[in-house]
Amino acid sequence: MKELSLNILDIAENSVKAKATLTEIKIVEEGDKLTLTIKDDGCGMTDEILKTVTNPFYTTRTTRKVGMGLPLLKLEAELTGGNLSISSKHISEYPDEHGTVVTAVFHKNHIDCTPLGDVVASITTLIQGHPDTDFLFVHKKEEREVLLDTRELRGVLGDVPLNTYDVIKWIEEYLNEQYI
Amino acid sequence: MTVKALADLELFTPIILSEPERDISGVYIGDLLSWVMGRAESGNAWITIMSNLNILAVASLADTSCIILAEGVKVEEEVIETAKQKNINIISAQCSIYDTAVFLSQVL
Repeated sequence: MKELSLNILDIAENSVKAKATLTEIKIVEEGDKLTLTIKDDGCGMTDEILKTVTNPFYTTRTTRKVGMGLPLLKLEAELTGGNLSISSKHISEYPDEHGTVVTAVFHKNHIDCTPLGDVVASITTLIQGHPDTDFLFVHKKEEREVLLDTRELRGVLGDVPLNTYDVIKWIEEYLNEQYI
Repeated sequence: MTVKALADLELFTPIILSEPERDISGVYIGDLLSWVMGRAESGNAWITIMSNLNILAVASLADTSCIILAEGVKVEEEVIETAKQKNINIISAQCSIYDTAVFLSQVL
């Protein structure tokens, strides 16, 4: 994809579909290396499915026969000399600690590295679309750390849904301020 | 023009013709797969330099008539095998993307 932030949106949607209550999105930039980790406590995948997810002809969708989210992320990471790894614990085998972790490593100085893009837009889009699940977003770059935990927000907001216009606007500003 | 007729022209080498009688209508050029996925049109000949398995998924989703690998890009056997199963045509061209496109504009 043109921007990594769009990949984040795509992969995090898988977590929501897997009925995750918490999806953690972490971006860590250290020197030339950018590591993107998306971790959820959703239903997870069996080993059999795990083997097929980076194959572009596998999908959880029923409307078409190919799924491109993970294959594209893998390709984009590998184009920069990085890699993609996925580990998963399926609910049938791990009833108490199931979920999936997707980790993609990029080398930012590689000429084919995709720009990160508008991460704030991706995060707010996710929250707006899925106000009942929680997201933890962390973006570390050298000294700076941008952080948002919707569980904390929920504590303050009480019954007000996270996708209320004012709340989304506030989240957007809160994140943008941390990037200054 | 059919894919077979195009592949028979001197500029091209067929890599795998799973559906040789498919008609070509128009051309799309691009290497950013997610971009191509949403923009290439059904029946297009798609010129690219990407050669991994993902191109087959994109060709399948966009329903292109054939993939033309320009600049003499090589493909792995796994890609050819999968193209056979998924009914996808792949043709190779030694020349640049631009020259391939210019040639196509003359013959199509």
